[in-house]
Amino acid sequence: MRDIRIFVTLTASLICAFLIACGGGSSSSTTPNTIASTGSNVAPIAVNGGPTGEYADAAFASVTVCVPGTSNCQTIDGVLVDTGSFGLRILSSALTTVSLPQQKASDGNAVAECLTFLASYTWGPVQTADVQIAGEKASSVPIQVLSDTDFTAPSSCTSSGFQSADTIDTLGANGILGVGLAAQDCGSPCLASYDQYYECPSSGCVATGNETLAQQVVNPVAMFATDNNGVIVELPAVSSGGEPSVSGSLVFGIGTQSNNGLGSTTVYTAPEGSFTTTYDGQSYPGSFIDSGSNGYFFLDSSLTGLTSCGNSSIAPGFYCPANTTSFKATNQGNNAASGTVSFSIADAETLFANQGDSAFGNLGGVSSNSAPFYFDWGLPFFFGRNVFVAIVGASTPGGTGPYWAY
Amino acid sequence: MAQPRARSIVCNLMATLIILGTAFPACASLGGDTASIQADQTHMQGTRTTKSAGAYEVHEIQAATGTVVEEYLSQDGKVFAVAWHGPRLPDLRQLLGGYFEQYRAAAQSPSGMRMVHKPIMIALPGLVVQIGGHIGAFSGRAYVPETLPAGVRAEDIQ
Repeated sequence: MRDIRIFVTLTASLICAFLIACGGGSSSSTTPNTIASTGSNVAPIAVNGGPTGEYADAAFASVTVCVPGTSNCQTIDGVLVDTGSFGLRILSSALTTVSLPQQKASDGNAVAECLTFLASYTWGPVQTADVQIAGEKASSVPIQVLSDTDFTAPSSCTSSGFQSADTIDTLGANGILGVGLAAQDCGSPCLASYDQYYECPSSGCVATGNETLAQQVVNPVAMFATDNNGVIVELPAVSSGGEPSVSGSLVFGIGTQSNNGLGSTTVYTAPEGSFTTTYDGQSYPGSFIDSGSNGYFFLDSSLTGLTSCGNSSIAPGFYCPANTTSFKATNQGNNAASGTVSFSIADAETLFANQGDSAFGNLGGVSSNSAPFYFDWGLPFFFGRNVFVAIVGASTPGGTGPYWAY
Repeated sequence: MAQPRARSIVCNLMATLIILGTAFPACASLGGDTASIQADQTHMQGTRTTKSAGAYEVHEIQAATGTVVEEYLSQDGKVFAVAWHGPRLPDLRQLLGGYFEQYRAAAQSPSGMRMVHKPIMIALPGLVVQIGGHIGAFSGRAYVPETLPAGVRAEDIQ
């Protein structure tokens, strides 16, 4: 498998070299990015429709979970690669051959978690697993097992009104691999009262205010023995009309191996998990990079001049311009480093209508209809560029995380 | 229109019970009155400041979670909009009250032909709800278009 993949990558690189620019202009550079294909710190990823075939612009990886300290393991494929969250979450229904130990509070009650994403939430017990991805291993990692049925989600968890994403139909993936800027998925706020971690006696789950950092669901990269200061998401450029699938790599570590150096990339520090994007003379702090967002989500129709797709269309919330439209915006980190990004937005209805395609380099939508406006640099931003994600507090040759670099 | 008034009376009663220390679920603010704002403040264990914006007042509640909720109160004493920003979503069941189920149904109804993660943009005839941001930094607003005081524009709510 690996040999074939290398061959394909090399062939694609050669073709790209001849064509000069590969595809949709998702990168401002005309030089194809180099995608690592070998090494114990390299995991293959693919942008495709995912396990249900329904996703647009989402990247998937395989993750192996084991009962701690044993060789009783199961490899889960179709796990969403998400630089916008932190920690590993696996569908209970996907864990068919391993039974992981339940995390318990000091009083012996099972611990469960409710994590609110944008527009959905995950609910289910916190369990412990040894986690392996490529050649990297982390021992006794708290993960979330997604299940609506092991415990009943309490009212404080469902008060977002969002849909639970705890089944293959509602998540569209077998799990979420959160490899973003943070190590824990809550941090110090969960040492005080916060409706995220719960104890579940038989009378029902109640919020607990004492989930220690070591007990919280953790970004498994931070627990790897080596290559634990961050990741690189590496995806090739895609053609402007979209493609059924593209392959790339999730590389672990920054500046720890010969295949994960920063090179000539620019480091954009993001102390609060965001940086500033400037467009058309206006600055938008609170902007961010997120592989788990399935498009460029930015501003609204009045600020971009792009028509929104209809609410009853096949692409509600996305932009449907009559003609593919080019944009230039400037990102600036807290460290004052800045750089211009060029990208294009095409008619999402036209893109989606081609049902065989799942990778779109110029898919975009509305982020907000009112202040605060912001840019969410979602998965299309990753096509044609290697994006580094440095974990908070981690030491790297480019400085201490958190930062993005590309 | 009768329904909000009925809810307002129930809200007042519930707010009174809450002040008395009864562990009742608090009542909504959107469509509610000043008593419902007090109920929200209690529910959020928050502190409140009030500022006047001409045709309306903005009651800003700083919740214990770090999230800030703003409630827009018209001169006739009705909350016509709410907005929020911060590390946690506020309790929308509490904040949207009688509008919550309508919002939830819209938020959970499948839309489009692809599975995607994107901001929430709900525009129903009698209710607008928008939620954006990311884990650790959410923002959003909800309002009832028909109840915006004269001269107040949707973009004033943020």
